[in-house]
Amino acid sequence: MAASATSWATRRGIGWWALAFWIFMLVLPLMGSAFPSESFDYYMFMGQSMMVYAIAVLGLNLLTGFNGQISLGHGAFFALGAYTAAILMIDFGWPYWATIPVVAIVCFGAGFLFGFPALKLESHYLALATFTLAIAVPQLLKHKSIAGWTGGVSGLVLEKPDPPFGLPISPDQFLFYFCLLMAMILFWAAFNLLRGRSGRAMMAIRDHGMAAGTMGIDTSLYKTITFGISALYTGIAGALSAITVAYVAPDSFALPLSIAFLVGLVVGGIGSLPGCLIGGAFLVLVQNWSQSLSDVLKETFSLQYDVPSWAIYGVLLLLLMYVMPTGIAGGVLRLRGAIAGRLRRVETVRSKPLVLQSEGEKH
Amino acid sequence: MLSVRGVTVRFGGVVALDAVSFDVFPGQIAGLIGPNGAGKTTLFNCLSRLYQPSAGEILFQGQSVLATPRHRIASIGIGRTFQNVALFDRLTVLENVMVGRHCQTHSSFAANALRLAGVVAEQAGAQARAMELIEFMGLEDFTHWPSGGLPFPIRKRVELARALAAKPKLLLLDEPAAGLNHDEVHVLEAQIRRVRDTQDVTVLLVEHHMSLVMSVSDKVITVNFGRKIADGTPEEVRRDPEVIRAYLGTAA
Ligand SMILES: Nc1ncnc2c1ncn2[C@@H]1O[C@H](COP(=O)(O)OP(=O)(O)OP(=O)(O)O)[C@@H](O)[C@H]1O
Ligand SMILES: [Mg+2]
Repeated sequence: MAASATSWATRRGIGWWALAFWIFMLVLPLMGSAFPSESFDYYMFMGQSMMVYAIAVLGLNLLTGFNGQISLGHGAFFALGAYTAAILMIDFGWPYWATIPVVAIVCFGAGFLFGFPALKLESHYLALATFTLAIAVPQLLKHKSIAGWTGGVSGLVLEKPDPPFGLPISPDQFLFYFCLLMAMILFWAAFNLLRGRSGRAMMAIRDHGMAAGTMGIDTSLYKTITFGISALYTGIAGALSAITVAYVAPDSFALPLSIAFLVGLVVGGIGSLPGCLIGGAFLVLVQNWSQSLSDVLKETFSLQYDVPSWAIYGVLLLLLMYVMPTGIAGGVLRLRGAIAGRLRRVETVRSKPLVLQSEGEKH
Repeated sequence: MLSVRGVTVRFGGVVALDAVSFDVFPGQIAGLIGPNGAGKTTLFNCLSRLYQPSAGEILFQGQSVLATPRHRIASIGIGRTFQNVALFDRLTVLENVMVGRHCQTHSSFAANALRLAGVVAEQAGAQARAMELIEFMGLEDFTHWPSGGLPFPIRKRVELARALAAKPKLLLLDEPAAGLNHDEVHVLEAQIRRVRDTQDVTVLLVEHHMSLVMSVSDKVITVNFGRKIADGTPEEVRRDPEVIRAYLGTAA
């Protein structure tokens, strides 16, 4: 059968895995009702955070993994989304869910505009420019002139929404479902994008910009739009973070956040959709364990100070890049490929004669 | 169909093209030959708007090519391959050829993300056409292979299939025979003829492989050091003393 052209995702039957995964996620909160436990709400919160980070990493992946533009400053778009949602809720009394479309538009616009100067920059300079963005945004958020809106250094405290329609679930179970719904919509849309004309154009630009241009792709337009879409995804993740944490503060959006997205991207797998989910989960787990890891390290090496989480990220990142250079998703795929005997197929095709059509062609 | 008029390109002190003029007529296969560094690829790059000539005009079906932005060149009907093969390495052969359909399809980002009904139909059409071309070029066995890892002669065919997917009226081939063995060149020759006859395209062919150019071309344009030195049927060009001195003399 002529399979669809989405080799990187569907061809190896990942469709079923994806379905199983999302169903599992749908059932997961029900566990809490079946086996009530003290810490269940906390697990639900971790689950929310994993999805939030997964969406943010997906945003970065669309830009870097699928379009070949680098960003060290996606924390800025995350912050923009978080603050837009928070301000709409506090100052304008909007319900949490209604902020999402506005965040989408605002962040798309911001990303699109940032994409224009980005066009002129070679990759190193783009890295530098986005790096500057990551550093500047927390400072801007603290600035006096907008402190009335942003709450300055102390940030903004929100209210956690209650489950609607009197649903018999806890707020955290409900927010889990809300994040899950958003994640499903956003991953579905990204999947569609990538297997369609626009996604192929994005990847063509990544692989060979000049050839993409001669194929009729308006490379500048596609790159700026991709920047916008990427910012939209990461911005929505920011809004979800504001809603689920019920708090925004400038320092949580500083450089380490942008670096965390990159780590999630590389760990999960650059240019892999399931990899984004893996990356998101990884970030939350490391955050969770970094305190105890830091304690262990302090103990064993009798250090005088805490080991910061970014240092742990760094070490883990190096380790993983060494063991699995294509990320966890890539590593799993290769493993599966090896088991399924794809390597054998390589051999058969390689050994085929290259002049395939000489007979058929004569007439 | 194609009319190149006094095109001049300079790179610093180097004059890569010096007031080159020639015409290509519909349905022709025109050969463009000349020694290394003569300016052949530079001319192609002007035609696909990668370089901006400092003087001259290029008309394609009466329309100014130089007034057309790069990304519109494919949709006005000029397609090309590259001398050193420019594929999208991480995409499969099928995906590469489908990218070739870009200028023939129109769905937007939003329509793609929501996978509207029109997108599904358009995608199916693009894929069907791509599969036809993959068969046409004898690439069925490689359909789902990432193009990056394929052997060079296969990559060249993928590139040709991708160029054809855009439904060009004029196809620019930059040294399609380079790196092919004797048998493969024969296949290529047949393929070029077949492309012209069945896909309804005019071909401008840059090639160092003399017997290929001479047998397949209706006319041959010769350039040397950026200047056109001959323009005529293969027979005329083969006998032209200046061509013999500049090119065939050194090759023979
Ligand atoms: N981007 C560029 N910058 C500077 N000089 C260039 C550039 N492109 C081509 N040239 C110069 O222009 C001249 C013509 O080069 P071109 O590549 O067009 O030759 P060609 O006829 O295609 O040769 P070959 O048969 O080796 O491919 C050469 O002297 C080359 O060095
Ligand atoms: Mg050349």
